[in-house]
Amino acid sequence: MQSDKPIVFSAKRISKDFGAGKSLKTAVKDVSFDIYDEEFISIVGGSGCGKSVLAKIMLGLYQPTRGQFLYRDKPIKNLKDHWNEVQSVFQDPFGCFNQFFTIRSQLEDALNILKDKPSKEEVRRRVDEGLKAVNVAPADIEGKYPFELSGGQMQRMLLARIFALRPKVLIADEATSMVDACVRANILDYLRKLKDELKMTVVFVTHDIGLANYVSDRIFIMHDGKIVNQGTPAEVLDNTNEPHTLRLLDDIPEVHKTEWIKNSHRSKK
Amino acid sequence: MSENVFEVDHLGLYYLGRFGDKTHAVTDVSFSMKQGEILGIAGESGCGKSTLVSGLMGMCIPPLYPESGDVRVKNGDKMESLMNRDIEDVRANVLAQQVSMIPQGAFNALNPVRKIKDIAADVLKAHARPGEKQDAKQIYDRVYAHFDRIGMDTKRVLNSFPINLTAGERQRCVIAISTILLPKMVIADEPTSALDVSTQKEVIKMIFDLLDKGIFQSMIFITHELPLLYHVADNIAIMYAGEIVEKGTAEQVVKDPRHPYTQALMGAMLSTEASQRGRHPVAIEGAPPSLKNKIVGCRFAPRCSKACPDCKKNTQNLRIVGDRDVRCDYAK
Repeated sequence: MQSDKPIVFSAKRISKDFGAGKSLKTAVKDVSFDIYDEEFISIVGGSGCGKSVLAKIMLGLYQPTRGQFLYRDKPIKNLKDHWNEVQSVFQDPFGCFNQFFTIRSQLEDALNILKDKPSKEEVRRRVDEGLKAVNVAPADIEGKYPFELSGGQMQRMLLARIFALRPKVLIADEATSMVDACVRANILDYLRKLKDELKMTVVFVTHDIGLANYVSDRIFIMHDGKIVNQGTPAEVLDNTNEPHTLRLLDDIPEVHKTEWIKNSHRSKK
Repeated sequence: MSENVFEVDHLGLYYLGRFGDKTHAVTDVSFSMKQGEILGIAGESGCGKSTLVSGLMGMCIPPLYPESGDVRVKNGDKMESLMNRDIEDVRANVLAQQVSMIPQGAFNALNPVRKIKDIAADVLKAHARPGEKQDAKQIYDRVYAHFDRIGMDTKRVLNSFPINLTAGERQRCVIAISTILLPKMVIADEPTSALDVSTQKEVIKMIFDLLDKGIFQSMIFITHELPLLYHVADNIAIMYAGEIVEKGTAEQVVKDPRHPYTQALMGAMLSTEASQRGRHPVAIEGAPPSLKNKIVGCRFAPRCSKACPDCKKNTQNLRIVGDRDVRCDYAK
């Protein structure tokens, strides 16, 4: 896809190796792509296909072993500067919050990373705004600790942090895989809202092609470290012949599929 | 008409708080299962699914206490009650042999510093009949035979530590271990929730394979993915705030839901169908009610789009609507 928007991430034949010698494992193999400003990209693949490694390369947590990876035409050098603009939401919200501090204090701490540090009142106001953006009344979490909230609520807190920080790019790594189906639709709405209202570039990493279909502008299908298929949801999903995409589509249990699995035990209707 | 193998009769369970307060996590749950039936239970997080599992296993360990009702399992020819019994007695005589459980999160269920074969052997040792002597070789032979029968790569898997296996293999090991004593029935509590779609399908395939081989006959399958249940279960019960709100065959509940909650759940599901691309999944706003206080009226009423003013006053009872049980006075 060609776009008139500036390029945010540009990868030119990047690879990432782990280990060496006999135990050498290449998690990302010769991957090239461009991600444009204000795009909603989904990276889809099964476990172990290298999608999380790719997300971590975007966050600057890993450096590619070979190839060139640029963020807005520059390599990622200073991580603190990078995280001013690129932020992430992870899979397990409980692992992301310290159990010993209140949620509000941690949300307020998060704004410390910004270069031009906002004043105390500004911080409070922005956290309140963030909470309102995910439909949580600030009074509801006043004085609460992470273990007092449910998983779905905690996942919203992570998103509230993003709404308060307002980075330019969000990397959401399996942000919906720990929450149940009703909350999932909610989280997706908020991700979409980040893109539509705050003009954020969102990279959404998931194993569920159904979610990707619903939210994304472009989808990358990964398998075994390579991007095997990419394009708009319609291009990727409809009438595709690419075997890995077909497999991912085939494996989702959906109501409209007549026989998802051989079920010899179903009492015949 | 085969006999019931598992009966739950108006089961109520509560958690006792520190100050004597009770949280009624499960209220008035009744169902029965026939030989060979697969029952699916679905609902949001926090609606009492996992508490119900503890109750069904007879494992009411404080602070969880039974309030009312009974759980009966067929043991031999007679139905045996699991309630108000010594837990050790239940453990020794019923669990793993009659009813077994596949826990959620395979990684937490396996001891990280023991090999799979040792974990499996521990189960056999713990369930040895009093006075029965088994030497180590016999036990390991049984472990190998069982893993071999269900088609796992015994040499590699059994000699691995859990960390060396993939998530899917770990889950399959957990299933193998929990069926090692050939239980009549298995209760699977979100066996696939941490897995990606392809691995999930493989695990479900394995479960069906076990059913085909007759390793166990009946299953209660708990998940929050309704489309998955549609493909797995014969009958589905939908839970909300500790109650069953709708119960019917898979076809009825998923294709033609009658309770507003089930309808809302189906509305929140996504689809990859091309024709459905424009459709917007609608999340159910709000959260299930806190069960600490006594709830008057319909529990779903505050979030229900079709609620009438008297829904909040009248307690709803299960009634039959279109051949299935629905807990809503206005369902048609």
